[in-house]
Amino acid sequence: MTEALVITGARLLGNDGADILIRDGVIAEIGPGISHNDARVIDADGLVALPGLVDLHTHLREPGYEASETILTGTRAAAAGGFTAVFAMPNTSPVADSAGVVEQELALGEAAGYATVQPIGAVTIGQKGERLAELGAMANSRAEVRVFSDDGFCVFDPLIMRRALEYVKSFGGVIAQHAQDPRLTEGAQMNEGAVSAELGLAGWPAVAEESIIARDVLLAEHVGSRLHVCHLSTAGSVDIIRWAKKRGIDVTAEVTPHHLLLTDDLVRGYDARYKVNPPLRREEDVLAVREGLADGTIDIVATDHAPHPSENKACEWQAAANGMVGLESALRVVHQTMVQTDRLSWTDVARVMSAAPARIGMLAGHGTELAAGRPANITLYDQSVAGEFTTAELHGRSENSPYLGRELPGQVRWTIHQGVVTLADGEIVEDLGARRGAE
Amino acid sequence: MRHLLDTKTLDRESALRILDVAEDMSDTQSREVKKLPTLRGKTVVNLFFEDSTRTRISFEAAAKRLSADVINFAAKGSSVSKGESLKDTAQTLQAMGADAVVIRHSASGAPRTLATSGWISAGVVNAGDGTHEHPTQALLDAYTIRKRRFGADSRGRDLAGVCVVIVGDVLHSRVARSNVWLLSTLGAEVTLVSAPTLVPQNVSQWPVRVLYSLDEALAEGPDAVMMLRIQLERMSAAYFPSEREYSRTWGLDAVRAATLPGDSIVMHPGPMNRGLEISSEAADSPRSTVLEQVTNGVSVRMAVLYLLLAGERNDERGRDL
Repeated sequence: MTEALVITGARLLGNDGADILIRDGVIAEIGPGISHNDARVIDADGLVALPGLVDLHTHLREPGYEASETILTGTRAAAAGGFTAVFAMPNTSPVADSAGVVEQELALGEAAGYATVQPIGAVTIGQKGERLAELGAMANSRAEVRVFSDDGFCVFDPLIMRRALEYVKSFGGVIAQHAQDPRLTEGAQMNEGAVSAELGLAGWPAVAEESIIARDVLLAEHVGSRLHVCHLSTAGSVDIIRWAKKRGIDVTAEVTPHHLLLTDDLVRGYDARYKVNPPLRREEDVLAVREGLADGTIDIVATDHAPHPSENKACEWQAAANGMVGLESALRVVHQTMVQTDRLSWTDVARVMSAAPARIGMLAGHGTELAAGRPANITLYDQSVAGEFTTAELHGRSENSPYLGRELPGQVRWTIHQGVVTLADGEIVEDLGARRGAE
Repeated sequence: MRHLLDTKTLDRESALRILDVAEDMSDTQSREVKKLPTLRGKTVVNLFFEDSTRTRISFEAAAKRLSADVINFAAKGSSVSKGESLKDTAQTLQAMGADAVVIRHSASGAPRTLATSGWISAGVVNAGDGTHEHPTQALLDAYTIRKRRFGADSRGRDLAGVCVVIVGDVLHSRVARSNVWLLSTLGAEVTLVSAPTLVPQNVSQWPVRVLYSLDEALAEGPDAVMMLRIQLERMSAAYFPSEREYSRTWGLDAVRAATLPGDSIVMHPGPMNRGLEISSEAADSPRSTVLEQVTNGVSVRMAVLYLLLAGERNDERGRDL
């Protein structure tokens, strides 16, 4: 049995203060002036209470790349960022393209105890884009996989993409596409535009993303399937999704925090912390994805948390790995780019960072509203503070954050996962796996 | 001057200083004893991750004529997976006491990474990085144009009003980029001529005009025509259909060269593909500066090494030159 908790004075979705009683992993009662004898009291006066955040796009690196991250370290980073569930991308070694690997990931997540780990399965065997992986076996495994992606690679062959979209209908699955035409991006190092022209870095043109998204929404329409577009990054992509939704196509889209804030101007110093795929784009694109997220064209924010060891970043740009860690900073970046600019309310943030990703990923027990009888997945956020983002705030194994040294608003103070405190007043609770295992 | 990483951030005053010091260096090179004691006891490392005999021996000659000790370090295979990392190489050179590192690298930005990473305290000279910049090549080109135009009266003068046409694979050319910035800073009017496939997708912020027709550019009677080396592997990547079509459309053959005004010069950074981007008639004509560029290259690199190693470390501008 987990300890009973009373959260006092939390502002639900940024609105009125209330107390929340949590018992047995469930919200037992919400309202003013709750008292409970044996409960641990969490003073949340003035803190914004959000449903536990859900990340549809995380790279946990295990199995295979434990030098970068493990499921334990990655979920500790998740807890530090206010996340109670993360979807693990399948580009591990071995690739998560079989029931065995996804069940292993699920078990490791349960053993770690910091967040729910929901594996994403590969669309094709080895993410090679040639033959469908055993999608049904993964769906029917204990991991109950519903999201499939070759993230890192595009499912480029239109026939394979069509078949995948069709096939997953039998169990309500969704294909999450990494939209990147591989021919148009051979050797690509950064966004193609004025900055790449000056820096002499091979360009990654917006059209390489947009043409795949355009193709995929038409395929999804044709076969009547559900499509999810990963890390959309350009103004043109927003327009295509907007058009597709208007047309009634069953498509959802995500944007990363870094594409909401950072531009390709940052590449000028050749600091590989800013190397990411899809690349940082122009100011116009940043503004367009913010608008797209505000008007609902883009459904969710997902981190694309991509840890890399320092040797893969402290090198010449061309040799550096793509990717940024993002779990610990995501909510703060959304706060800065969307809430402080009056584009989203906290209610909207709860939608784009919790309810909608859980719905798209068909993950039960997450993204539910803060109400009696619901699972107690809660994030308490202090929106009144601001500070420089430092390595002290990183809890994963890698430090490749583009925000280090940057001023960000807010602080995640408490994270509660299924009634268990994983982050207590800004500090990670230690040894949760052992403790929860014993219960 | 702390480092020389690019010409994009090189201001007019600093550029002219290098060119004027190069004039002084050039004067010493007509003496019977060419060697100066200036950099005695300093160590210059030529760190070449990419083969370039021409550039390396030019830097080597420059350093030796200033009495510096020269270490040539040919480091092939630069990525993390293929061998020693840039960081480890840099720290090795630091441990050996290098005062200046002249780096040639296939990755754009590698010199800046070397200079700003904190791995090394030596001054860094970019000797060509990927498709980014090749600042000493642009400096020797500017020096050559100025020398041809003003002769012994060159000191202190910029290139105001000089029309320069740069022809060829601008997209992949570090020489073109460095020349665009430097020549513009010095007041020259720069025109790029190329196939549309070989111009970067967005040059709207470059201080240049882009033409697709070489004949149109030559009809304006430019003061200098700079031919870039075309790399044949571009053909397979569909940048242009064939060697012959490229040569016919953008090559400087004898007929085209003959249309130029009498005092116009023809430049090429070398090595040339004779018969492809430049004909032998054009390359060997009196208007060709190909060999002068090589000679001037030594003087310009002497000037850069001198300013890097003998000049004030904390100059009044307080930034990377």
